[in-house]
Amino acid sequence: MALLEVKNLGISFGGLRAVDGLNLQIEKGTLYGLIGPNGAGKTTVFNLLTGVYKPTIGTFALDGEVLNGKSQAQINHKGIARTFQNIRLFSKMSVLDNVKVGLHNNCKYSAFAGVFRLPSYFKQEKAMNKEAMEILKVFDLDKEASVTAENLPYGKQRKLEIARALATHPKLLLLDEPAAGMNPNETEELMQTIRFVRDEFDMTILLIEHDMRLVSGICEQLTVLNFGMELAKGETSAVLNNPEVITAYLGE
Amino acid sequence: MEFISYLVNGISLGSIYALIALGYTMVYGIAKMLNFAHGDVIMIGGYVVFTAMTTMGLNPWLSILIGIVFCTLLGVVIEKVAYKPLRSATSLAVLITAIGVSYFLQNLALIIFGAGGKTFTSVVNIEPVSLFGGQVTISGETIVTILVSVVLMVVLTLFVNRTKPGRAMLAVSEDKGAAQLMGVNVNRTISLTFAIGSALAAIAGVLMCSTFPSLTPYIGAMPGIRAFVAAVFGGIGSIPGAMIGGVLIGIIENLSKAYISSQMSDAIVFAVLIIVLLVKPTGIMGKKIAEKV
Repeated sequence: MALLEVKNLGISFGGLRAVDGLNLQIEKGTLYGLIGPNGAGKTTVFNLLTGVYKPTIGTFALDGEVLNGKSQAQINHKGIARTFQNIRLFSKMSVLDNVKVGLHNNCKYSAFAGVFRLPSYFKQEKAMNKEAMEILKVFDLDKEASVTAENLPYGKQRKLEIARALATHPKLLLLDEPAAGMNPNETEELMQTIRFVRDEFDMTILLIEHDMRLVSGICEQLTVLNFGMELAKGETSAVLNNPEVITAYLGE
Repeated sequence: MEFISYLVNGISLGSIYALIALGYTMVYGIAKMLNFAHGDVIMIGGYVVFTAMTTMGLNPWLSILIGIVFCTLLGVVIEKVAYKPLRSATSLAVLITAIGVSYFLQNLALIIFGAGGKTFTSVVNIEPVSLFGGQVTISGETIVTILVSVVLMVVLTLFVNRTKPGRAMLAVSEDKGAAQLMGVNVNRTISLTFAIGSALAAIAGVLMCSTFPSLTPYIGAMPGIRAFVAAVFGGIGSIPGAMIGGVLIGIIENLSKAYISSQMSDAIVFAVLIIVLLVKPTGIMGKKIAEKV
């Protein structure tokens, strides 16, 4: 059974069908790409899968558990984490604290223990610090742990968003245009990081991207959306050579 | 020498404002709303402690604890009943609701306890301290108020910056949506914020009633407004801002009562607020709001 099973998923805003009858099966460990022209409904799909929007029709299930209708926080607990097209870090907090917010649910001590600094507080905070630093090390951000997030250079902010999402211990990681605004060198490095995350954390990744170099470089499978509907899907090379896909992107 | 005593009393009064202002500023930072019923929670705290201590004759410490627990629950209930259903409503609707809750609490107290002032027995029994050979006398209430406020502010600062629920509060105040998607339970975080703010208000109520012992259903309203001014003065949403703003407002109020006119003191406090906002619209510690274009 596939890790993520999306069946006939759709949402309407007023009369507009933003996403219509989407079907997706993503196997565990796959690097899956979701592409399509601007306004095709890609980010809407992410918003549906993370509970920001409630689907009008259809269902999606992670590991066999149906998740539609659950709150954003609950869906995150069940194992779907994401990054954002326009970076949404907690910009006034330190790099380390950003990751520790992600670790939030893997740490259990009461507000009471926090106020009175009981031993459970120190023990768990120490464990959180250690894990957060390990995650930062993967992204080569450990030296900037105490820097305020907004002071990081752009490329590193993008990496920190991935680090923060990984800290929530997801089974499925959604990356919304991770290479947006990056130069070719940064994109190259990002591709390596994404591959590394997949291998190191045994992660399943669904990503939205416009940069075809990145898409053809790391995605194993693709779904192409156009006007909210599936235009093509399958192996990356086959999809990218599909005449309909080329037409959708370049016109007749 | 008189100046020092006015100053110390101003700091003490200001510490009470600061404790109240913390409730305003935290709720504003996290729920993005002005809880104008916050001042009346102080009044309720005063009555609960009064009832437990004077009417029922309980131990003062136990009475204070009951007052704190009661106000904490009251804060959470107010949020659940009055504000939560309006989470996605316009801010004006929430503001009017808050004013409604404020009148509700005042009139509830009026029905239960009557309009006549009750005399609150001070919970502090420390001898006044004389300084400079008896030229300056500082009351026990003043000393206790300052000490308690400093301890609470330190604990609160550590709590917000160094613990998991505190980080969740900071995260929600920066970006509610992103925090939710990182698994932070926003409803629980907002409840916690109201609980902490109301607990601080209860303590402020006890300290205030010990210093000014007359208890009526309206005692919360004016300190609530001054604390709101303090929160705006310090930069609403900022915790250190509320602390500094509160203490400064207390000092300004007390010094203007002493040296200018006691009737004019409120006018002076608000005039200072207007001047600060003209010079620095986001308040002393306010975050700069720079839009990227």
